[in-house]
Amino acid sequence: MQETISFTPQLGASAVTQLLWLIPAVPIVASGVIALFKQPLRRMSSALAIGSLSFSLLLSMFAFAHVVSGWIGGNAVRETVNFTWIQVGTSHVDLGWVLDPLSAVMLVMVTLVGLLIFIYSTGYMAHDENYTRFFCFLSLFAGAMLAVVIANSLLLLFMGWELVGLTSYLLIGFWYQKPSAAAAAKKAFITTRIGDIFFLLGIVWLFAQTGTLLFYNGGAGSMEAAALAGLLTQPAALGLTAAGAIGLLIFCGAAGKSGQFPLHVWLPDAMEGPTPVSALIHAATMVAAGVYLIARVYPLMQAGALAGGSTTALTVVTWVGASTAVFAALIAVAQNDIKRILAYSTVSQLGYMMAGLGMGGVAVGMFHLITHAFFKALLFMGAGSVIHGCHEEQDIRKMGGLKSDMPVTFLTYTIGMLALCGFPLLFSGFWSKDGILEAAQHWSVAKAPFYMLVFGALLTAFYMMRQVAYVFTGHWRGHKPAHESPAVMTVPLAILAFFAIALGVIGTPLWPWFRAFLNGQAASFDLHGFSEPGLLTLMLTSSVVVFIGLGLGWRMYVGRAPAADEPDALEKAMPTVWGWLRDKFFIDELYGATFIAFYWFWARVADWLDRRVWGGIVSGVARLTAAWARLNRFLDTYWVDGSFDKGCEELATGGGLLSRVESGRVQTYLRLLAVGVVLLAAILIWSSRG
Amino acid sequence: MTPLAGYLLVAALLFAIGLAGALTRRNAILVLIGIELMLNAANLNLIAFWRYGPHPEALTGMMFAIFSIAVAAAEAAVGLGLVISIHRHTRSTDLDSMNRMKG
Repeated sequence: MQETISFTPQLGASAVTQLLWLIPAVPIVASGVIALFKQPLRRMSSALAIGSLSFSLLLSMFAFAHVVSGWIGGNAVRETVNFTWIQVGTSHVDLGWVLDPLSAVMLVMVTLVGLLIFIYSTGYMAHDENYTRFFCFLSLFAGAMLAVVIANSLLLLFMGWELVGLTSYLLIGFWYQKPSAAAAAKKAFITTRIGDIFFLLGIVWLFAQTGTLLFYNGGAGSMEAAALAGLLTQPAALGLTAAGAIGLLIFCGAAGKSGQFPLHVWLPDAMEGPTPVSALIHAATMVAAGVYLIARVYPLMQAGALAGGSTTALTVVTWVGASTAVFAALIAVAQNDIKRILAYSTVSQLGYMMAGLGMGGVAVGMFHLITHAFFKALLFMGAGSVIHGCHEEQDIRKMGGLKSDMPVTFLTYTIGMLALCGFPLLFSGFWSKDGILEAAQHWSVAKAPFYMLVFGALLTAFYMMRQVAYVFTGHWRGHKPAHESPAVMTVPLAILAFFAIALGVIGTPLWPWFRAFLNGQAASFDLHGFSEPGLLTLMLTSSVVVFIGLGLGWRMYVGRAPAADEPDALEKAMPTVWGWLRDKFFIDELYGATFIAFYWFWARVADWLDRRVWGGIVSGVARLTAAWARLNRFLDTYWVDGSFDKGCEELATGGGLLSRVESGRVQTYLRLLAVGVVLLAAILIWSSRG
Repeated sequence: MTPLAGYLLVAALLFAIGLAGALTRRNAILVLIGIELMLNAANLNLIAFWRYGPHPEALTGMMFAIFSIAVAAAEAAVGLGLVISIHRHTRSTDLDSMNRMKG
């Protein structure tokens, strides 16, 4: 499945590539300007954020059109603009940006989904008092994410990467007065930081080995043949080459950001943030950055693979992805918070993308990323609309029957749900998931990921059906009646719903436009696409699996969702399993008992040392200094000042005595004069005699 | 002819009487008179040293004495003027009450 990519190197970038830096720069500048606004300028701040992102969308469209036209003209576009950022002696660190099919597709996706979510936010956050702060952060996020997308340097990518991490932290903790939100923000920041440490190590190692962090630089970049060949000959530990080891380190960063298995714990908690944030950052764009990163460094991950084979790095990516896909889908079955279900679903789908990258190559994983971005943003915004309509209620057990109260939300949500489940033929999710399953079927290393992913698909259909049944069917179980959301929220939903269906067109086996575009090959409309061996069987299998999942969910939940205090149908059947799933396999508790307990212990030791030992030394020195100072003060008061005062007193007394001579009586003066003259005369006479 | 010491003795007596008058009298006018006496003692000395000096034919001592008398007259006029002016203010010529010169 690994096609060779034949990009013709391009000298001199076109105008649109020269201007590519404006795409991230404009939202970042807008964010800076919004930061200066005061609260009453709400309308202006959202207008500025939306305006700047619209500009980015427009420019992204131009860039996309440029790449597509070049591709139709027969040469795959990969244009870069590089410049030296730091020069130390002979070594230098370069930054730059790249326009190729991969970044062009991501640019359009991020700006389009982002713009819709910005517009939706003006409705969702309309009553929030920190409206301008919200748009400031959103705008900063959009700019940083776009910087990640266009980066042609691992360093620039890392900068954007950390910035999106920061904005994610700020936005999860947007309602920081809630302790749970503040805790979730810290958890997200620290958990992703663990992955980022390894990512940074990978970057440093790559720089040490190849001397450049640019991806493409006319043959001298780190993702190009010369550098990769050098990396392959360099052995690292455990039988890995340097290429494999660096690939794995970079994957650690991607796993942290994309919520892959050991580091997935932060993503469900991140749902404490406002729902547009969940849709934009924690479903559509930022969490997909990890997948995008792997796609970006794919030549490195793939380096050394024989034809049809896999590398250690890719095998690890696949296994982590596949197990995350099943693991998170299992947990999603037993959650009751509408956003938490979607969060675990996101984790699971990110696992699909990783597995797709690992087994099928860039195009397979990226296609699922793009379709998922649209339908998951749709689902989150639908969930936001539901939450908004139900007066900030998030527990699906306290909803019900919203089908008639919120018709637009229901319709669009159902489309998103069917796309996520992979409902056959009509929906984009079917085609992208099918691509991954097909790659898994042909994977040469092991067959287990295929079965895991099929099982995951079954679970996905089941939990989504359960959720929809709880929320939209049956009778209303809440307190105040629900209402439909305003048009500013439902119109973006409708647009996203359109894309959730229509995007499938570009990735069917009949016309694999997307794959050809990303790989720089010619696209052809080919009926033989369906006649590949096993493809129709596979499509049939996955359809059957989806129908089984939906059917099970339908039978168990539609029209018979229990009241808020009653146990779930599955809980009655299998209480132990349900308990494990509801408590997320006790991963948080496990981390609490191991890593956190470990750090807690050392933190207490350090605290004790700090208070007793170092603090003791410091306060001892302070006490000594104070004693010395007191001695100095004593000396100063009684010795230096005392003697000075005494001297002054004596001078004053002497002056007083002398001033009596100045009586003002002329005769006294004269008398003294006479005495003086007599004395002088006496002395003169005395001395002349001797 | 009377020896020089006789003149000097008279001059010294005159000076001592003038000084005693200037120091002991309370009345400003009498103090002025004492000062005049001392001046005249000095004049007597000038004349005596000139007359018994090496060049009695040159009129230097005489000239000194005449100048001194002229200056003394002017000084007496100024001094009396001051005394009268003070008397206008204080209605007295008592020197003990005139101690406003002290700082």
